[in-house]
Order: sequence, then C-alpha cells, then structure tokens
Amino acid sequence: MTTRTYSPAEPQVTAGDDSTGGGTPPPLVGRRKMSWATRIEIALLVGPALIVFLAFVIFPVVMAAYYGFFRWQGYGPATDFVGLQNYVTILQDPTFIDAVRHNGIIVVLSLVLQGPAAILLALLLNRKMRGQSIIRVLIFVPYVISEVVVGTGWSLMLQSNGALNGMLEKLGLGFLQADWLSNPDIAMWTLMLIITWKYIGFAVILFLAGLQGIPDELTEAAQIDGASFWQIQRQITLPLLGPTLRIWAFLSIIGSLQLFDLVYIIWGQYIASTAGTSTMATYMVANGRTSGNFGYGNAVAVVLFLISLAVALVYQRFVLRRDTDGALTEKSST
Amino acid sequence: MTSTTAVAPAPQPILSKLKPTLPWGHPGVYALAVVVIILMLAPIAYIVLGGFRTNAQISTDPSGFPAPWNIGNYVDVLVGSVFWRQVLNSTIAAGATTIGVVTLGLMASYVIARYRFQARGLLYAVFAAGLMFPMTVAITPLYLVIKNLGLMNNLGGIILPQIAFALPTTIIILVPFLRAIPDEIEEAAFIDGCSRIGFFWRMVVPLAVPGVITTGILAFIASWNGYILPLFILNNEASFTLPLGVQSFASQYSVDTAKVLAFTSLSMIPALIFFSLFERRIVGGLTGAVKG
Repeated sequence: MTTRTYSPAEPQVTAGDDSTGGGTPPPLVGRRKMSWATRIEIALLVGPALIVFLAFVIFPVVMAAYYGFFRWQGYGPATDFVGLQNYVTILQDPTFIDAVRHNGIIVVLSLVLQGPAAILLALLLNRKMRGQSIIRVLIFVPYVISEVVVGTGWSLMLQSNGALNGMLEKLGLGFLQADWLSNPDIAMWTLMLIITWKYIGFAVILFLAGLQGIPDELTEAAQIDGASFWQIQRQITLPLLGPTLRIWAFLSIIGSLQLFDLVYIIWGQYIASTAGTSTMATYMVANGRTSGNFGYGNAVAVVLFLISLAVALVYQRFVLRRDTDGALTEKSST
Repeated sequence: MTSTTAVAPAPQPILSKLKPTLPWGHPGVYALAVVVIILMLAPIAYIVLGGFRTNAQISTDPSGFPAPWNIGNYVDVLVGSVFWRQVLNSTIAAGATTIGVVTLGLMASYVIARYRFQARGLLYAVFAAGLMFPMTVAITPLYLVIKNLGLMNNLGGIILPQIAFALPTTIIILVPFLRAIPDEIEEAAFIDGCSRIGFFWRMVVPLAVPGVITTGILAFIASWNGYILPLFILNNEASFTLPLGVQSFASQYSVDTAKVLAFTSLSMIPALIFFSLFERRIVGGLTGAVKG
C-alpha cells in the first residue's frame, strides 16, 4: 500500500488497512473541486469566528491608523486632518523617547533575568519525583493572579514605610532600605523584580512542557554511555528545547513592549514617567484618552504597533524561521 | 548523578502517573524549590495576612504577623454587596468569553486543520496575525466601536472583544491538536457513513478536549484578570469586574490599608481555585501547543 488516495467512492479501503499504513500519508480529502456543500460548511464553521475577529480586532486597528492622522477629541466625525503632525509630535517628545527606552530595557532585562533562572528551575524539576507537581503549581501561582492584585499588593508592600523596608530593618539590614517605587534610580529594578516574580512561572511551565516532549530514550541512552546529568542537559536537552525557548523569548519580548497594567496600577499615569518606568502603552493612555486627545492616542498606538511589528518580523526572520517553516507550509509528513 | 536518574526506565509518563509512589528527588532540588516557593508566596502571604491585621498594627510594624488576628476586615468585605457583585460580573464575563472562544475557535480550527481549500493558508495567517495586534494598540478605537454598539457599561462590551482577541491563541493551539487526529479515524468514519459535520461532533470535539480545556482556561484567566478593556468600557460601578473593583476599592479606602488587603486577597481566591482545579490540564495543553 504505497500510494493511496481516498475518496468516499472507494469503499475497498478499510479501516483495518489504514491502521497498517505507514508509508505515504494520505491526503485529507481528495483534491477534487470543492462541492457547494463543502463551501457552505466552511463558511458556517469559519464565519462567526472571522466576523468577530474582523469586527473587534482588525477593524479597530485599522481605525487607529486612520484616526492617527487627525486632531480629534473622541466624539463626532474626525475632520481636523493634521497629516503626520501627531507622529512628528510623538517622535519629538522626550517623554515618549524615554518610554521607548524603558520598554527596551524591560525587553532585555526580562530575557536576561527570567530566561536562565527559568531554564534552571525547569531542568531541576523535570524528573519523576515526589512533590514535583505541587512545586510546579506553587511557582505558577503569581502568573494566575491578576495584575491589579499584584500591583496593589506590591505597591503597598514597597511603600517607604511598607513591609519590605520594615523587614530589612528587623533583619538588621536597615542600610538597604530604599524608596523602592519613587527613586528613579531604583524604580526600574523594582519593576523588573515584580515582572520576574509574576511571569517566571509561565516560563518554567512552558519549558517543562517542552522538556516533556523530549523522548526519555535519548537521555537514557546518554546515561548508559556515561554522560553526567549536566552533560545530558547541555548536550541533549537544551538544544532540543530550542524551539520552546525561542517561542518563549518571542512572547516575552512582545509582552515587554506592550507592558501596561503593572506600571499603570503601581505608578499611576503621572508618576510613571518621573520614576522612570513609563512605557509606550502608559504614555498612550496618559496622553490619549485621559487628556482627551484621541487622535494623538491612536497615533501613539500605531507607533507602538509598528515598533512591535518590526521587532516581531526581525525575530521571525532571523530566529523563529526554522521553527515555523514546517508549521506554516504544507506538511510533508504527518 | 542524582538519585532520580537511578530509577528504572519507566515505560511512559502516563503509566508512571498511575503509580502510587514516586521516588524522592535530590535534597538540593527540594532546598532550591523551597527557597523559590517562599519568594513566590511571600508577597501573597503579605496580602492575605495583612487583611487579618488592623491599620494600627500595620503602621507600627509593617512586616509583622497579625497579633491578635482580626477577621473584621474580611467580614466587612464579605458582608457587603460590592464584592459579590464584582465576583458575579467577573464570572459572567469570563464564562461567556470562554464558551465563545472555545466554540468559535474550535469551529474555525477544524476547517483550517482538516479541510483542503485555497484560502486555508490565508485564513490561518489572518488569525495568526492577530497575535501581532495586542489589545493595547486597538483599545481606543475599540472603545469607540463598543460605544457605537451601545455596549458601554455592559458586560457584552468586554465579552465580544475578549473573544476576538483570544481567537488567535486558541486557533494556534487547537489547529495542531485537530491535525494530529489520525487520518485513519477520519477515513473510517467517512466509510461508516459519517458526514463531515457528524465527524466534527462525534470525533473531533471529544478528541480535542485537552486542547479545548487549555485554551478555555487561558481565555478564562485572561478575562478574569483583564484590566485595560474593562478600564475603558466599564465606567459604572455596578458593572465593574474584580480588577476594576480592587483598584477602585484601593483608591476609595486608600487610608484603610488592612481593608484593601482583605479585599485584594479575597479577589484572588476564585482564580486560584480555578487554577488549582485545572493545573494539570494547563500544563498538558501547553505541551501539545509547544510540540505542534
């Protein structure tokens, strides 16, 4: 049974035959011309998702691009066309440039702080041992808690007369006390601490999932050949974890570029820029909706989007390509 | 070489999960795990314990334990209607979002995974491109769309966009799942006279359950924790979801730190319960997604 083409008119292909077939994968459906019934099926199945998606994702994004060319207060039709004026203002605003710089720092530090720590934790937890699942759950807890809760809790804890400074005092480390949230030299590191705390669980879970996909046979064979635990991790596990690592890094970069909730909740819209933690998104909300300049806010959204897109495309082009090659093109084997 | 590596080659994880006892790991691993867990849970403990203290206790010793324990703050929050109304709003929004995403996502993924037609690649690309459009970018016009639809201060106004924005992830996770269903099963079903739609209901839906649960949970948690969308859409206190509620409570009672902490810690309980129920599914689903 080397070549099989399936069509309903060939009843001689039985289920029993199929289970033995290992050679050429059969096409899903014959490549005949599609019947109208099939077309209607496709339309009914995809239609609702496509409509919702276009109406609430694509349309608003397109409108953002459109309104970005207007000076507009958010009601009535946009008539005051200002061309690229909003964009010129944005790119010349030092506050925005600062926000971009902060986003850049957050991108880099997120990768550097979370990546290695999460890999190490995942490697250590990736074995059949008692308590593994409870450890995994507890590490993941901060990820599940909402940004608002996290932000509220941390901001109370980090106040200058808050619990962290109180704790340092008790431990005799009073000299380490600091104004964690409002000192511009420290605030960024405070933010990174909170981000790491909140999101590292996701990285660990993702890496553990990737590790579980690596066949045991490989590590067992290496063990038999006398490789040590760390040798196995470095030579076999990490390279095989590559795709997962690259996907995680991608998600982390995009998330960092679009960071909003935590900063907005902890620092509020005005303090963020003086404390040195403002991001493009908090700038957008503070200078767009809050101050009633919807046209300007949309222009900021477009800039934010273009920056994310550029980063994503570069990443896709140079890093992710080998992983997605197979996924986006027709599968050659099943 | 750690003690775990000495384990006899266990056949497969599925079987080993059924075994009643697992071996203990290396003590060093547990030591590190304990340190990490303490770091992860300390801020949460601060919130929970702080709710049991009084403001006087908090201001004299910000990092102390409750002494004596005081349940007044929790009782105040639980007795009031504000908290419960927000729980209800969050539950409705998250529940409807989850059902919507899973239904629409499964239908669309089925087509992308198992129908052959010209526009299939384009369709997948369109949805996948949605990953590039975060809600942050679209939020201002989205707010206007919702306003024009008359859905301001209405949970529907956050449910629909949440469904739309969760679709890309859902489809990307579900397509590999559905594609992995062996063609033999499909062929056998057709031979037995099953229609495409019949196959969808009888075979695809049951077989896709792990993926569906994962995407459902992701959508639920994203909705439960969502902030920027409710911030724009829900201005009326009666329609607040929990995150907005926590924030407004925190600014309303900014001097009453203990009460804010009690409210905050109560608001994270539902998500924690939900997560602990489905933890295994989340991990299992991510495995499928990463492999696909």
